[in-house]
Amino acid sequence: MTFYIPQDTTALALGADAVASALQSVGIEPVRSGSRGMFWLEPLLEVETNKGRIGFGPVTAKDIPSIVDALESDPARHTLYQGEVADIPYFKSQQRLTYSRAGLGDPVCLDNYQALNGFKGLNNALKMTGQQIVDQVKDSGLRGRGGAAFPAGIKWQTVHDAGKDGCQKYIVCNADEGDSGTFADRLVMEADPYQLIEGMIVAGLAVGATQGYIYLRSEYPVAHKLLNIAIDRAIAANFLGENIQGSGKTFYLEVRLGAGAYICGEETSLLESLEGKRGMVRAKPPLPAIEGLFGMPTVVNNVLTLAAISTILEQGADSYQNFGMGRSRGTLAIQLAGNIKRGGLIELAFGVTLREVVEDYGQGTYSGRPIRAIQVGGPLGAFLPESQWDTPMDYEAFAAIKAMIGHGGIVVFDDTADMAAQARFAMEFCVVESCGKCTPCRIGSVRGVEVIDRIVANENRDNNLILLHELCDTMEFGSLCAMGGMTPYPVRSALAHFPNDFLLRDAAGALSQDARGSLSGDAAGAAQGEH
Amino acid sequence: MGISQNEQQSISALVGQYTQLPGALLPLLHAIQSDLGYVPDSAVPIIAKGLNLSRAEVHGVISFYHDFKTTPVGRHTVQVCRAEACQSMGSRQLEAHAKQALGIDYGETTADGAVTLEPVYCLGNCACSPSVRIDDAIYARVDTDLFDDLMSGLLTEEGASK
Repeated sequence: MTFYIPQDTTALALGADAVASALQSVGIEPVRSGSRGMFWLEPLLEVETNKGRIGFGPVTAKDIPSIVDALESDPARHTLYQGEVADIPYFKSQQRLTYSRAGLGDPVCLDNYQALNGFKGLNNALKMTGQQIVDQVKDSGLRGRGGAAFPAGIKWQTVHDAGKDGCQKYIVCNADEGDSGTFADRLVMEADPYQLIEGMIVAGLAVGATQGYIYLRSEYPVAHKLLNIAIDRAIAANFLGENIQGSGKTFYLEVRLGAGAYICGEETSLLESLEGKRGMVRAKPPLPAIEGLFGMPTVVNNVLTLAAISTILEQGADSYQNFGMGRSRGTLAIQLAGNIKRGGLIELAFGVTLREVVEDYGQGTYSGRPIRAIQVGGPLGAFLPESQWDTPMDYEAFAAIKAMIGHGGIVVFDDTADMAAQARFAMEFCVVESCGKCTPCRIGSVRGVEVIDRIVANENRDNNLILLHELCDTMEFGSLCAMGGMTPYPVRSALAHFPNDFLLRDAAGALSQDARGSLSGDAAGAAQGEH
Repeated sequence: MGISQNEQQSISALVGQYTQLPGALLPLLHAIQSDLGYVPDSAVPIIAKGLNLSRAEVHGVISFYHDFKTTPVGRHTVQVCRAEACQSMGSRQLEAHAKQALGIDYGETTADGAVTLEPVYCLGNCACSPSVRIDDAIYARVDTDLFDDLMSGLLTEEGASK
């Protein structure tokens, strides 16, 4: 029997190391795998038996003796028994492409990666010209997964065609996954880092870049450690460096750590930071594809975009583009988070509705109370009331309701949420994280906090509400990037769908009993999280 | 703030290692901070000279990023996540409790020098909120009781290592 216990951040945060020690103390050396992304079951202990790969979760160190006993008799009788892991409905119903390997084995084991189809895409790419690779990416319909959803193939074509022959070009991976409610990039880096490395090498071959950087946020110490191990091993096995696998092609790769600035997830700010400067947003044009890192043509793609490249090159553009709806092709890494019973990573073709995700997969709130609002797309995403939960997860469908899918993070709030406080937080976050280059964002956010405070305190409320709407317009239309430009989204949606939270406050500014009583009278009507 | 000659030398040695690296400033600042626990003001001219930058440029970068500290911090850094997913699971109460239990506000260090408390905006552990980071370890589903246990665990650990 082989035992697997994950080493990803969430499993570790829930005590996976203690479980591993408990196994070792009874003479079992577990494989430290990545996570499958079913975080509500972490730490999920998997055991390869002659009856299949079965799971127990969530386990603690003190469960180990009874699990070991049960394995010798009838595992199904153990209270934490989950059956065959691949048959758990939450997992089985997913369409896993990017996460097909996640959780199966040791994430930094090269043999394991290659046994599970790893580097097949690279081998295909090594036989192609740069233009042929770019064409594959175009045909796949892949759009950038960082949030802006720009067609990846067109960006690559621009970099392919840019600059003089032989000029230095760069591949930059945006791994500054700062949106609350997102962990898809982290899971790729912690559960399948070679997939990202492979995608970056292919990108380098496609556009003629020989140097890559992964700009990783400093809040991800586990990913940092695993990426560096994976890169060292890939260099030793000649997948990185000079003359890759005897092809004559060169690609170097390095991880660079951010320093706690949300704005550096914006691509031009990220490039400034990589150059060793303050993370100030650049005006566009010039596009980074033409004048990017150190002024040279640069592909900047999100982790998931680059990870998808290895699938596309392995299975072909047609196969990838068969998933999805409309102009949103392939799969979306949905991250279910916040106040949710069964949070985790759900990879599905575009088109599933928010309600299906939250109710069928998530099974309602963790607190057991009704769901009140759902924020999709991070701190710059709108708060959606129940009337909007049947929107399919598709870039265009979300844009049509003034919301965004962004990086695919979903944060659920129960009926105790104070939406005026959440609107204030959106402005406050912008105060803390604005790079300061443009006035609407730098000053507007400060004024936004003040105006919301006055509204909640019932100071000249009607006029201040008008002022807040005007301020939102100024920020949306006057800011240089999405930081100031989209901070109004959560604010406006809170005002539109949860107006009573701004109005029915007691003298101390707290939500009054009247407001609590009227929560069920939200513009959207009551939402039932439980089924 | 004055630093010892040893510290000056170690900063100079680190700067020497990074002069050839493209975009060296952030990796260098991380290295200095990892070595000394913070980036002292007296490091600024050494860095500026080594990387051929102005002092203003170096200072500007240090002050831009939340991670870089210009004064010594506690032996442990405790970060409480303030982002939305954690808020939906009660992190506002948790942060109030953390400040009260430690007797300090964000950005401050306890009188015994053990703990510096900081806010953080997302640790990527959002399916099992609220999250807390202590040095390089992240903890999930942290309620006020678990927070107290973690803090007393830190003090016990410190006592044992003395």
